[in-house]
Amino acid sequence: MPKITRRQFIKLAAGTTAAYTMVGSIESQANHSEKVRRIVEKRGAIQGKVVVIGGGAGGATAAKYIRKADPSIEVTLIEPKEYYYTCFMSNEVLAGERAMQSIKFGYDGLAKYGIKVVHSLATGIDSVTKQVTTQSGETFNYDRLIVSPGIDFQWEAIEGYDERVAEQIPHAWQAGQQTVLLRQQLEAMKDGGTVIIASPPNPFRCPPGPYERASLIAHYLKQHKPKSKILILDAKEKFSKQGLFTQGWQELYGYGTDNSMIEWLPPSQGGGEVVRVDAKEMAVYAGDFEDRYRGQVINIIPPQKAGKIAVDSGLVDETGWCPINKKTFESTRQPDIHLIGDACTATKMPKSGYAANSQAKICALSIVASLQGKEIGNPSYLNTCYSLIGKDYGVSVAAVYRLQDNMITPVEGAGGVSPMDASVEDRKREVLYAQSWFKNITDDIFG
Amino acid sequence: MIIKKYALLLASGLMLSTSAWATDWDLSILVGNCIGCHGPEGSSLGPATPTIAGLEEDTFVEAMEEFKEGERPSTIMERIAKGYTQQEFEQMASYFSKQPFVRHTQEVDAQKAKKGHHLHRKYCEKCHEDNGYTDHEGSGILAGQWMPNLQFNLADFHAGVRNMPRKMKKRMQKMIKRYGENSLENLVHFYGSQTRTDVKRDKDHDSDDHDSDDDSDSD
Repeated sequence: MPKITRRQFIKLAAGTTAAYTMVGSIESQANHSEKVRRIVEKRGAIQGKVVVIGGGAGGATAAKYIRKADPSIEVTLIEPKEYYYTCFMSNEVLAGERAMQSIKFGYDGLAKYGIKVVHSLATGIDSVTKQVTTQSGETFNYDRLIVSPGIDFQWEAIEGYDERVAEQIPHAWQAGQQTVLLRQQLEAMKDGGTVIIASPPNPFRCPPGPYERASLIAHYLKQHKPKSKILILDAKEKFSKQGLFTQGWQELYGYGTDNSMIEWLPPSQGGGEVVRVDAKEMAVYAGDFEDRYRGQVINIIPPQKAGKIAVDSGLVDETGWCPINKKTFESTRQPDIHLIGDACTATKMPKSGYAANSQAKICALSIVASLQGKEIGNPSYLNTCYSLIGKDYGVSVAAVYRLQDNMITPVEGAGGVSPMDASVEDRKREVLYAQSWFKNITDDIFG
Repeated sequence: MIIKKYALLLASGLMLSTSAWATDWDLSILVGNCIGCHGPEGSSLGPATPTIAGLEEDTFVEAMEEFKEGERPSTIMERIAKGYTQQEFEQMASYFSKQPFVRHTQEVDAQKAKKGHHLHRKYCEKCHEDNGYTDHEGSGILAGQWMPNLQFNLADFHAGVRNMPRKMKKRMQKMIKRYGENSLENLVHFYGSQTRTDVKRDKDHDSDDHDSDDDSDSD
């Protein structure tokens, strides 16, 4: 028998745990984790401390997957909210087709993985002492830090619009109270009113989101307030899944006819970026000529940037988003700090919930590997986005990515959007698959 | 003594993970991408996206190949399958074949399920063994699969947009000729009603139940 020291054994056993846990074949994960935990506890060898800032689709997934891969790593998750409301499927809530309760998720699920959940706001990162400070004054040491703060808004880009005004004219681009507010306004609106949606310039969270929102609000209005209209003022000349949305709007909401429920105005057609909001007059000003539009309900989706903690900690570049190593998601500006989800620049992945979840797993395992002095190989990334255009009308976009020339590159010949000539039956099926995706991914993130 | 015990444990561990540790993380990342739609360890929480756990490796690989070639109809899987190599299909198949098929309670009509059980015994059990619990030679796992998914698949088979083995086509035609198209729905309810975690061989045939091969061709 070769002689090994106890220290060597722990290191190697932890590596074996990773293999066992991931392939999960012979012993149950629980049994093996328990075995390693007992050995590690006895020897006092902790593989490392990871702090995660942000408990959304990115952060919660990363925290869980680190613990699944290596339970000897201590994980602390810092998230101010006691409950997370998913932006995804919140458009169904706006349409009255889904309850708020169904997009609400707590953190008890994560606690059972032995993740320490701290409900406070992370206010500072000291990359020299490797400490995170929270609003309550607590500090947390880390060997590796994952920052998954989501988005913040470029309030300064729109005159007359800020956090305070948003309490009257919602963005609902962070779900929760904002979702409820916008829904209440839609319910209160009289028949014949106009709903204005301001769609921001690229890049922003959830590229098809504003158009799914328009679709589902149209679905609601068609049933309850059929004389009403939706006006999309777009900063962009084209948008995600445009062909499919246009076709769906034609089939369901009279798009292209005089009775169209939805009007989409890009810059070239008198629309453009909303540059000013007059809350008192319930008017917005859009485009180069600042054309004035009035609405009974106004939904401003402002231009975006990385979440505040990332900006304050010098993790963003001139784009307002965080540059990263696209394999490990480590910041290119600070060592041992990783950025995932909306806040990072993971081109060509879009800023989506699925992308954050996919990135989180790659980041988590990169960190586990790194703490063991190793590296992951060539990662595989995935994004799938469902959009609901009507009650029985769903479409999707998918992409499988590999790392190529430091770009997260879609595999050629794969991916793409739902076909334009799909059958009625297929559009129906995609709605059920969208609902299934929602159940499965939220269980993966929070369960 | 203690060193020996650790060394044994270590050696067994190393033997089971003979591939470099890095690739086990890569495998985890690869299959991790499927979880978002197909559920924890491949057991979907529904309502429609199918569970992909517990299949034989060949069945899994063949399904992915058929999606990739456009031979099996899908809404999204063709676009996704095209993103992976043959080797990746095999890695996924190996992983998911070892995961348990976790079954959930679905809304089942007991009458339909009962009729479906009779139909299954007569027309399907021969290849879809053990009341559809056992995947054998590509039969897949039907018992406890999400009912909308079963319904989609049967509709696609029936409409001819998805290919089936000649034997299956013959039996399905026989069944629909004798029992009508409602027989498909009855089968769906039967399979959806199956939530056992243990699989038993179905030995209790009613005396007047028989396999459809026993029918004369004029039936």
